[in-house]
Amino acid sequence: MRDETVKLALPAAGDATERPISIAIVAMGGQGGGVLTDWIVQLAENHGWVAQSTSVPGVAQRTGATIYYIEAMPPLDGRKPILSLMPTPGDVDVVMAAEFMEAGRSILRGLVTPDRTTLIASNHRTFAIGEKIAPGNGIADKGAVTGAIGIAAKTEIIFDMNALAIANGSVISAAMFGALAGAGVLSFSRDSYLDVIRAGDKGAQASVRAFEAAFDRVQSKSPEPAAPSKPEAASTPSSPAILDPRLAGLAARLTQELPEAAHAIGRAGLKKVVDFQDVAYGGEYLDILGKLHAADRSAGGAERNFAFTQAAAKYLANAMTYDDVIRVADLKTRSARRARIEGELELSESQVLQTTEFMHPRMEEVMGMLPAGFGRWLGGKPRLLGWLDRRVNKGRRVKTYSLPWFVALYVVGGLRGIRRRSLRHAIETAHRDEWLKAATEAVRANYQLGVEILQCRRLVKGYSDTHSRGLSKFDKTLAAIKLVAPRDDAADWARRLREAALKDSAGKELDGVIQTIKSFA
Amino acid sequence: MAERSFAREVEDLRLGDGDTFRGEGILAITKALLQSGVAYVGGYQGSPISHLMDVLADAKDVLDDLGVVFQSSANEAAAAAMLSASVMYPLRGAVAWKSTVGTNVASDALANLASGGVTGGTMIIVGEDYGEGSSIMQERTHAFAMKSQIWLLDPRPDHECIVNLIEKGFQLSEVSNTPVMLEVRVRACHMHGSFACKDNVRPAHTIKDALNNPKRDVGRIVLPPAAYEHEQEKIRTRLPAAINFVRDNRLNEWMGPKQGKVGIIMQGGMYNNVIRALQYLGLSDAYGNTQVPLYVMNVTYPVIDTEVAEFCLDKDAVLIVEEGQPEYLEQAINTVLRRRDIQARVHGKDVLPMAGDYTAQVLLGGVREFLEKTEPRLLGNRPPAPDASSVLSHPEVEKLKQVVPARPPGLCTGCPERPIFAAMKLVESELGEHHVSADIGCHLFSILPPFNIGATTMGFGLGPASTSAFNVKADKRSIAVMGDGGFWHNGLTSGIGNAVFNKHDGVFVIVDNYYTSATGGQDILSSRAISKRRNTNNSIVQAVKGIGGQWVRQIDRTYDVGRMRDTLKEALTTTEQGPKVIVASSECMLNKQRRVKPQISQAIKDGVRTVKERFGVDEDVCTGDHACIRLSGCPSLSVKQLDDPLRDDPVAAIDNSCVGCGNCGEVADAAVLCPSFYRADVIHNPTGWDKFKSKIAMTVIGWLQRRRDRRRPALEALA
Repeated sequence: MRDETVKLALPAAGDATERPISIAIVAMGGQGGGVLTDWIVQLAENHGWVAQSTSVPGVAQRTGATIYYIEAMPPLDGRKPILSLMPTPGDVDVVMAAEFMEAGRSILRGLVTPDRTTLIASNHRTFAIGEKIAPGNGIADKGAVTGAIGIAAKTEIIFDMNALAIANGSVISAAMFGALAGAGVLSFSRDSYLDVIRAGDKGAQASVRAFEAAFDRVQSKSPEPAAPSKPEAASTPSSPAILDPRLAGLAARLTQELPEAAHAIGRAGLKKVVDFQDVAYGGEYLDILGKLHAADRSAGGAERNFAFTQAAAKYLANAMTYDDVIRVADLKTRSARRARIEGELELSESQVLQTTEFMHPRMEEVMGMLPAGFGRWLGGKPRLLGWLDRRVNKGRRVKTYSLPWFVALYVVGGLRGIRRRSLRHAIETAHRDEWLKAATEAVRANYQLGVEILQCRRLVKGYSDTHSRGLSKFDKTLAAIKLVAPRDDAADWARRLREAALKDSAGKELDGVIQTIKSFA
Repeated sequence: MAERSFAREVEDLRLGDGDTFRGEGILAITKALLQSGVAYVGGYQGSPISHLMDVLADAKDVLDDLGVVFQSSANEAAAAAMLSASVMYPLRGAVAWKSTVGTNVASDALANLASGGVTGGTMIIVGEDYGEGSSIMQERTHAFAMKSQIWLLDPRPDHECIVNLIEKGFQLSEVSNTPVMLEVRVRACHMHGSFACKDNVRPAHTIKDALNNPKRDVGRIVLPPAAYEHEQEKIRTRLPAAINFVRDNRLNEWMGPKQGKVGIIMQGGMYNNVIRALQYLGLSDAYGNTQVPLYVMNVTYPVIDTEVAEFCLDKDAVLIVEEGQPEYLEQAINTVLRRRDIQARVHGKDVLPMAGDYTAQVLLGGVREFLEKTEPRLLGNRPPAPDASSVLSHPEVEKLKQVVPARPPGLCTGCPERPIFAAMKLVESELGEHHVSADIGCHLFSILPPFNIGATTMGFGLGPASTSAFNVKADKRSIAVMGDGGFWHNGLTSGIGNAVFNKHDGVFVIVDNYYTSATGGQDILSSRAISKRRNTNNSIVQAVKGIGGQWVRQIDRTYDVGRMRDTLKEALTTTEQGPKVIVASSECMLNKQRRVKPQISQAIKDGVRTVKERFGVDEDVCTGDHACIRLSGCPSLSVKQLDDPLRDDPVAAIDNSCVGCGNCGEVADAAVLCPSFYRADVIHNPTGWDKFKSKIAMTVIGWLQRRRDRRRPALEALA
């Protein structure tokens, strides 16, 4: 249309910017968004303003993403302002997000705009179901939210309000109220906020503490407070560990035989392997790693920062420390484990702790512990095996810290001596060798493909059925990789296969990629 | 009983002349009913009107003082039928429910009520669950009002206006012998606002008076020839009476200048957002001082022809702001203008979307387009309107779209329904996928991740009935899921009775969590709490057997996943004929926690021996495959990234919101998942024997642990 209308010298009926203060609280059901909303309404009303809040309880309250909305404005000559029931994109003064991805969602809804919005967000994460159920790592990238906040917000107040609230014995709503006060967007004094909190009875003191901590945090604009020193770091053993000379030898070997780039990961791997079995097993780890490194060198790994050796150091350690009954029993009976649980529960002297394990061993696990020859013989006797399985295969509630159960677990945990002769060890070793052979062969012709094959080890995890599923995905993936191995883009396909396998548990995505590969290979 | 106590809100119901009410819209409505002298109130809970039912259920004293009868109806049809008390007697009555779902259920009774007409004022409060955040199909109650000729009030979202309209609505109902509906949208129900109170009014005529002096008139009963008379009476007598009352009492409002080339006609509920849109266009201030004439229809049915004609007479064009579809008002107003040959052009759904929320943003676009077409000079210098599009199209924000995960609602921490669906998942992996009919209630979340169970939902209590076609011999049986709420609402007859009668071979799972949990935890027939005012503790199993169910299994602890799985398997495979009914019972955890948490804290404070349970995960045993989460979805069961360079994937972790329901351990056992989970029992105020036992055990254990620790290679050397 013609735009002559725009040039007409007609004044606007009123100043469109003279609008109520608008505050959107984005949260998940059950985060106390309702309490925060009521506080803000009360705050405004205490100053003679007209305040209106709305929310949609319903189903979203059950842990889903939800939004509370507040508008407030002083009355004019006894006339009440007409307030809106929903936030309008581009017209929100304050967005308060009780979780970091919800802050991201509010940006996607257009609620945060650089001309007017102060974004007050807690940067802690509560993972959504989709992030939790992926067999791999489905956690969303926080960096994307940080990036978008930089674009969208006029002012940003971002810190872990949840941690601050918990540290002060309160809940996130109190910390967010403090952050709102500290932000100074509303023209109300700090004391008038506190009056609102104090008028409530339950937990008012803790709320005040969290409020004040958040307020000070915002006002001082101090950067992230020094992270509380981790308990592990704080509790370095008072008596210096007696240096095991054999272990020192391994450490020295590692430094000599492996390139600098693989030192850190190699040390972590060595530690895990020795912890799993013994010092000799650590030597075996370094032997295998040394061979893999040799293959890496001759494939020109020096130019690639020895990526193959690095990957090998990591995944070989994982492959060598398979999850067997002995390992589980050992971990469950360690003193450090009990100390960790006591710490998490903040157990006091006057309380008594017991834990119950949910064990469901099958005959397969028992067979795995038997000497390889005997285990194989038993494997050939399905009827006997079935009879035994019916006796073994049932759920057992194990009271860890009752003497009979503890001793039983302790004994199993001490069966390291027989581990290397066991059927499970034989199976794991054969499987491992085959995998390493495939990787070593691949790295000669296609360096990256070799690395990718090593990384496929990530697919093997879990116990029982989950473990079998992981193994079958691993085998399928390696078989499919063989099909594409001669191609230049084999490494890309290998990566695609692995990522697909980690997306869903049933392996539908993986099968899809394999179908695609079969269509051309 | 309910999720929380409403004692404080009940105090608000006592307010009188000179007091100011401050609170939620739905509570303002509740107070308005008492100010209008109602003799009885009924209804069925559901967002957004649950609080009306909850508060009245807790307000026995207030209601007794006034002589008001209150009832939680069995369903919306029962509530609507309750209004028959006003047919012959001058009793004011009100009922409430969620709409349109509740109105669907109620419409048989409503149609009968509206045909015969009423003597006492009757008011139906419908919570219009439409637009963002709604949990139901998107339809309009307007159609029900028109088809049965029930007057429809759609007040401005303002407490004062809503309260006033309720009082006037009862009078309207009485002068026109017609029931009246008050439509309030979700946000208006949950809106915080205020109004000046009046004293509550005792009903002039009480239920007792009516019972003691029965009256009847066959002319009020829907049976030919009276039914034909009713139709004529509706048009000849009741409609004109209503129109006169609405006009004489100025229930609809004129705002802004008297003169103008264009104007806006709107449903009352749209008013606030229209004002905001006008404000963005520089045509109103924040206090509703508008430069465009507005006609606000607080009564959307009937349309007052003379008022519409008067408003449109000297205008070039009008815009109709009517949310939802079809555009009933636009059609009606077109008819009014055409019949009178008034030339104002009618705009509406041509510039506004046919479907969906009319937010301020949507209205801004529609009003602007309307004015551009009809009176562009009004737009003046066009102050900049709020606009987030430049932010939204920024690459960084575009990228965010792929990152922010969906956050669907799910079962609460410790929900007793979780193990039922975990067991169904285990059965699915053994016996294959089955056709599952879902129902309305918390258990409907089974259709979402991680469970992904359930193919259809056909309405409250209709899960079992919706498997009725699948009544043939096949390799697999159908499964229907229904809650206890749906069971008592109608599922006992429509679902179980129907299956027994038709010899249905399917499996019927009744999820019994002691309350109608999804609507806020109200009591029902089978609730386990002892209630002074109601008859509870009526067994679902007995009811099923009473109606002829033969194969009935009661599982009184749903957390027993193994038993749940085996029972389901048996139901799916048994050769026994007829419906296989499984009643799976455990208390709603949300309500249970509200009930027992204070008791436990008190017990600990009082020095009573108390065991608190919580679950945990041994992070070095967990391999991070998340199979446990795929069988749970519990909010307290999450993942965490370990500070370990050897690990790629996060491990499972349980946060301190865990209530120790036991599901994690049961699932890990039943599904043979992994040994990472443990339950930690902390004994508060242990007895001497507890301490002694623990001391002995820990002394030996400590010795054994130290012995093994000494033999371990000192790994710190490698750090």
